[in-house]
Amino acid sequence: MNAALLIARREIAAQFQSVIGYVIVAALLLLDGLLFHSFAMSDSKDLSSKVLAKFFYMSSGITGAAGILLSMRLLAEESREKTIVLLATAPISDWQIVFGKWLSAFAVVTVFVALSIYLPLLIVVHGSVHPGHLASGYLGLLLIGAATSAMGTFCSSITSHQLVAGVLGSVLLLVMVTTWWTAKVAAPPLDDVLAYMSFYDKHFLPFTTGEVHTRAVVYYLSLTFLCLLGARLALGARRWR
Amino acid sequence: MLEVQGLTKYYGLKRAIYDISFEIGSGQIAGFLGLNGAGKTTVLKILSGFLLPTSGTVKIDGTDLVSSPDALRACIGFLPEEPPLYPEMTVRGFLRYLAQLRGVATRDLKRQVERVTESTGLTEVIDQSIGSLSLGYRRRVGIAQSIIHDPALVLLDEPISGLDPIQIVEMRSLIRDLAGDHTILISSHILTEVEETCDTLLVLKEGELVARGSEADLRERFAAALSVRVAIQGAAEEVRSLVGGLDVVASIESLRHNDKECVLDLTLQRDEPEALASAVVGGGFGLRRLEPSHNELEGIFLAATTPRTPTAEQSEGEQT
Repeated sequence: MNAALLIARREIAAQFQSVIGYVIVAALLLLDGLLFHSFAMSDSKDLSSKVLAKFFYMSSGITGAAGILLSMRLLAEESREKTIVLLATAPISDWQIVFGKWLSAFAVVTVFVALSIYLPLLIVVHGSVHPGHLASGYLGLLLIGAATSAMGTFCSSITSHQLVAGVLGSVLLLVMVTTWWTAKVAAPPLDDVLAYMSFYDKHFLPFTTGEVHTRAVVYYLSLTFLCLLGARLALGARRWR
Repeated sequence: MLEVQGLTKYYGLKRAIYDISFEIGSGQIAGFLGLNGAGKTTVLKILSGFLLPTSGTVKIDGTDLVSSPDALRACIGFLPEEPPLYPEMTVRGFLRYLAQLRGVATRDLKRQVERVTESTGLTEVIDQSIGSLSLGYRRRVGIAQSIIHDPALVLLDEPISGLDPIQIVEMRSLIRDLAGDHTILISSHILTEVEETCDTLLVLKEGELVARGSEADLRERFAAALSVRVAIQGAAEEVRSLVGGLDVVASIESLRHNDKECVLDLTLQRDEPEALASAVVGGGFGLRRLEPSHNELEGIFLAATTPRTPTAEQSEGEQT
């Protein structure tokens, strides 16, 4: 079996052998349900498509949090427990290590996102929803999950404390979300650059209304790749210390 | 089998090891000896592929470790001082995982795990979680992971550290059993460990290789330095004055005294304890005992790694 898949499989098993994985997924699902009830369903006059857009809007934040929370320990824990030596002395590349670690977090985020499907299904039962709208929203959520898991993996590669990695990842995510507002007060051409970097408003909002823009898909995939590249470089730099 | 040339490593501006060169033949057991901080772990981390050297080359059967790391890491097994283990995994699961990661074919996995658990005495705990095992068993799991992929070179950093006497004997026997099939490099600051298990000694001091060879070679080379313990009847100050003034005495390592005698640990300039004995007796003091104060390997180690003449403050500070 490919080394990255082996690493991902072990990591997922470790998450669910302790209660951590269950607690994170259960807590986020609970939050998802509460927000769905109090935010998405708050106005009974809303059309089904608007309720669904609101669901994707609030679920994107929770998915982002899940990505950071599930990835912050990946490499930091290996460094703190000194088990990183097992991976670093195996005949595998740093890419395989980083990709396997990220894949484990992304797989759990995917499970979390998949488990939230009962909420939009409630809208389907009581209203009318286009399957394309549902698919685009979930594609957006998965892209957010992929990017935030990669951010967490990167932050986890530069520290041996998972809490520090979690804080760094959250700050990084917040900075990228708030670049949208910063772009509004920045002068050209910086405003365009900041607007493009915007994690949420520029790229995710179209997914909530059923639109899939290629540039948004490219943005999230590029961000994921850049964060994984950063993690790979951080891992490689350890050998030179 | 293993050729190391001019190995140097800096951590920032701090020099950890400098210009280390040595060779080890196939199937041999070599021992790295040195005080804590001498650079033993750094050398092993470089040989394992975990760290890259600042300069120098490491070749295994002629292939360079830096230019072909992936190919060579499959030929190396490494046990760090603190065994790297996943406590939530069972011994079997852990060994299977590492065997797969290191390229053992799926069809050979079961056989390989059974062979290694048997040779390391882990069969009875194979399905227990690693977190529930004693320190001795965890060290065995550490050794098992280092040989699970049948590597040509096995690197063991302080393998008996923290073990009780029975576990130490078992571990030595295990390491001796591994020799022949594997080339083994052990690092330790415990002299008896390398004396019992190693064919070749490599002595490190402050990051430099100061001596290498078999115990017999080193004994011959450092024969001039002889550590002795001598018990002399007399007042402490008079005894110190007499002994300190003798040509044959290189240094006074320590001096303790009671009502009956002064006991001194000395390093001699040359192998002439009779000169010390006749000077003591000739000076009118009673010579109660004169004996080697360390075993031979310890004498070699001290001669290679400590300054020949300690300062006056050191001698003063060791008085009781």
